[in-house]
Amino acid sequence: MLKIIDVHKTFNPGTINEKIALNGVNLHLQEGDFCTIIGGNGAGKSTTLNAIAGVWPVDQGAILLDNKNITGLSEHKRAAYLGRVFQDPMTGTAAAMEIQENLALAARRGKRRTLSWYISKQEKENFKELLKILDLGLENRMTAKVGLLSGGQRQALTLLMATLQHPKLLLLDEHTAALDPKTAEKVLRVTDQIIAENHLTALMVTHNMKDAITHGNRLIMMHEGRVILDIKGEEKTKLTVADLMHQFELVSGKEFTNDKAILA
Amino acid sequence: MSYILSLNPEYLLKALPGGIAQGLIWGIMALGVYVTFRLLDFADLTVDGSFATGGAVTVMLVIAGVPVPVALLIAIIAGMAAGIVTGLLHTALGIPPILSGILTQIALYSVNLHIMGMAANQALSVQKYDLIISLMHVQKSILVGCLFTVAIIIILYWYFGTELGSSIRATGCNPAMSKANGININFTKVLALALSNGIVALAGGLVAQYQGFADINMGRGAIVIGLAAVIIGEVFGDALLRKHMNFALRLAFVVLGGVIYYIVVVVVLWLKLNSNDLKLFTAIIVAIFLAVPYLQGKRKSSFARTAKMSEALVNSLNNKEVK
Repeated sequence: MLKIIDVHKTFNPGTINEKIALNGVNLHLQEGDFCTIIGGNGAGKSTTLNAIAGVWPVDQGAILLDNKNITGLSEHKRAAYLGRVFQDPMTGTAAAMEIQENLALAARRGKRRTLSWYISKQEKENFKELLKILDLGLENRMTAKVGLLSGGQRQALTLLMATLQHPKLLLLDEHTAALDPKTAEKVLRVTDQIIAENHLTALMVTHNMKDAITHGNRLIMMHEGRVILDIKGEEKTKLTVADLMHQFELVSGKEFTNDKAILA
Repeated sequence: MSYILSLNPEYLLKALPGGIAQGLIWGIMALGVYVTFRLLDFADLTVDGSFATGGAVTVMLVIAGVPVPVALLIAIIAGMAAGIVTGLLHTALGIPPILSGILTQIALYSVNLHIMGMAANQALSVQKYDLIISLMHVQKSILVGCLFTVAIIIILYWYFGTELGSSIRATGCNPAMSKANGININFTKVLALALSNGIVALAGGLVAQYQGFADINMGRGAIVIGLAAVIIGEVFGDALLRKHMNFALRLAFVVLGGVIYYIVVVVVLWLKLNSNDLKLFTAIIVAIFLAVPYLQGKRKSSFARTAKMSEALVNSLNNKEVK
């Protein structure tokens, strides 16, 4: 499914701000894997997702999706295969456009945009049904501007948009980090539901160890631009936060010093 | 007193229809400005150049015997080409939006001179040629201006409702989200700039016919007049319609903004203010209308207001403590 082979990325090379963000990342995802990614600040979690999404070209290595080499594709071309939800609720939706317009925009991901009329009647009905899944009452506010929605509502909508055109891979970049705990939980529940119902392959970055353990069938830990831990299947179901912290200290030789991850 | 007596209301009444006709044509130009300024969120200074390009192309072609509609069509294409140049300067060469526009605008000055056979202006007499709009026939001009306005609003309403047009709106609203949804934002930016400058050049061709000549400086300050129309229209539209505002009405109000602007100009001239100060008045009008929405928002929530409010609260608490 997804193959990341020895990917390197250095930001601001040759300057005092030089930062080796990815230092030989290797990762193979199977079809249907729901993999969570944890790690401290600067471990390369979000950078890995950005490398897959093609926000910038990588320095070295290859990224394959369904055995197709996408390493050289620009961001908007890769978008045909990827669904993305961002950390900032403002990033994933167009605030000045209506809810149904945002959905219609997402429904054409990976398709040629033509001069045909934007939202058909049939589509509106479909969107209405889909919005009901979120259970936020958005199905009755289809013509409301997205800018009027709360952060949680916007994230839920972005999630729906990202999965509207069945993506080969769903990229979730700490998509609940900016939400209050209750909303975050709700968005995570919807995430699980959508991934399960559509049999999606997904990568989810999180700062929250508990979330990383309870969601998905696989967990990887990153540190200093590499994958240092890969836990799947049976082993993952037995995992605890204490195990994870212990493992982290063993592999990295450092103490896990991220209060946010530990306390959450 | 003698100044007031010297103001002839009849003259104002006579001048008004001409102001309306001009306002309509400049309002069409403002629709082009609206596309970039509001929908694409790109302050495009190309328009000062492409407006004159539209005028120059139209006049030279009509003089050469080309029928007016064909001349206008070619003017639109010339304007679109100018927009594409600005778009490529920005997307392919990474030059910031405002600078890209300025570069094309300054380049167009020379190009426009070439188009006009190295003359600073070219006359186009309505007596000699079959023009569709002219200050000699103001009533007909208003009618033609209205027809063009309606046609362009219908086209824009349709276009920005299509998949392609919506991708331009999305690009202006949120580039990151647009890319994530597979929109090539470099393409949509160039497309919007081409569309915008095509409309601007059309307006330039109409203005040149209306005034009976094309001039190398006819586009100077066009962007400011365009912005004035957009902003005046929005302020009035939002005040009058509030929640009933939709895209088509918004566009109509932009053109109305152009008309209001020219009515103000007519009044200013009627008051016998120096016409050399017109640009100064334009700047002041635009500044006022830009400030209105901001100041309205500020009136509702300002630190000065909260200072008073909190002071009263603190005082009342202090008084209670004393008791």
